[in-house]
Amino acid sequence: MDAAQARARLAENPDAVISGEGAAIVVTVPASQWTMLAEFAKDSLGCTFFSFLSAVDWKEEGLEVVVWADNIDAPFSLLMKTRLGAGVTTCASLSRIFRGAAWMEREAFDMFGIVFEGHPDLRRILLDDDWVGHPLLKSYAVDTPYPPYR
Amino acid sequence: MEIKRPVPVVPAPVWKDVKDLQEWQEHHKSRPETGDKHSALFESLTDGIHRFPGGFVVTTPADAFLNWARKSSVWPVSFGLACCAIEMMATFASRFDVERLGMVPWASPRHSDLMIVSGTVTIKMAPMLLRIYDQMPDPKWAVSMGSCANSGGPFRHGYHVVKGVDRVIPVDVYVPGCPPPPESLLNGLLLLQDQISHFRRTGQRAAPSPKVD
Repeated sequence: MDAAQARARLAENPDAVISGEGAAIVVTVPASQWTMLAEFAKDSLGCTFFSFLSAVDWKEEGLEVVVWADNIDAPFSLLMKTRLGAGVTTCASLSRIFRGAAWMEREAFDMFGIVFEGHPDLRRILLDDDWVGHPLLKSYAVDTPYPPYR
Repeated sequence: MEIKRPVPVVPAPVWKDVKDLQEWQEHHKSRPETGDKHSALFESLTDGIHRFPGGFVVTTPADAFLNWARKSSVWPVSFGLACCAIEMMATFASRFDVERLGMVPWASPRHSDLMIVSGTVTIKMAPMLLRIYDQMPDPKWAVSMGSCANSGGPFRHGYHVVKGVDRVIPVDVYVPGCPPPPESLLNGLLLLQDQISHFRRTGQRAAPSPKVD
């Protein structure tokens, strides 16, 4: 399967918004189809190489979860996005599809406060367990005055 | 689903809710002096000798001798945190060779007199730094090396960096630079030796040296 065929397969989904150029495919789906898209990408499109999972804070528009997965054989890359919506902090977990997503989802929880439903071990990964707030949110203040060392 | 404890449920702080930045800065400036230089017994003993008529004849040369001994064998604990540690290693190595000043980089805090805080101190690292400092025997000194350890440096406004290691441990000499070259650190160590030579039996830290290069 090459990039053009993958685009055609993705376009069969009426809810998917596809963009990007050449071998870099960008697809945006509603949050309800998030795990479905990941399974489709892994099983049907051959995007087995999970690169990263991260999130973007679009302020009042809400959070966006971003996953990059590669098809190494073709090769093409697939950037999967979903908007959680304003005020929503829950998202379906991909850790059963891509095992590497487990720690990345812990990091997204740590930095953005996104609760991944179905995650086996959702704890903070980089910051202390008693950390207050999620620092990569746009609403998080720099120079936040918390004891003992700040 | 249920999130595992302990995960705080406190909402993230917002900038406008932060009333006064100076307030907590002042709060951290007023750290109590713990008297970390001498034991109370030694202090009272030497103080008694000093107050005895003619006792200063004994204590003053003894101070001078002990200070000479102290400043000639300052052993820094090997404690590298970030890129400044590379410069610190260069200072320890043969080209700059602080061993001619009696400084032996030592891999145990329990045998060391000096901690060179070389690099960024994160909030997660600060308790470990304090613990290593507490493990060092008195009298002990600390050199803050580089912008990050002095004030937080380029990461001062980040969420994760201690804004100066002097909020965690008392610092005797600040070495500026990002990172300071070995010559700067060497100069800082010489200033520290100068401070140690003015060290008094009362257990107080010497006043910061007015000597600058």
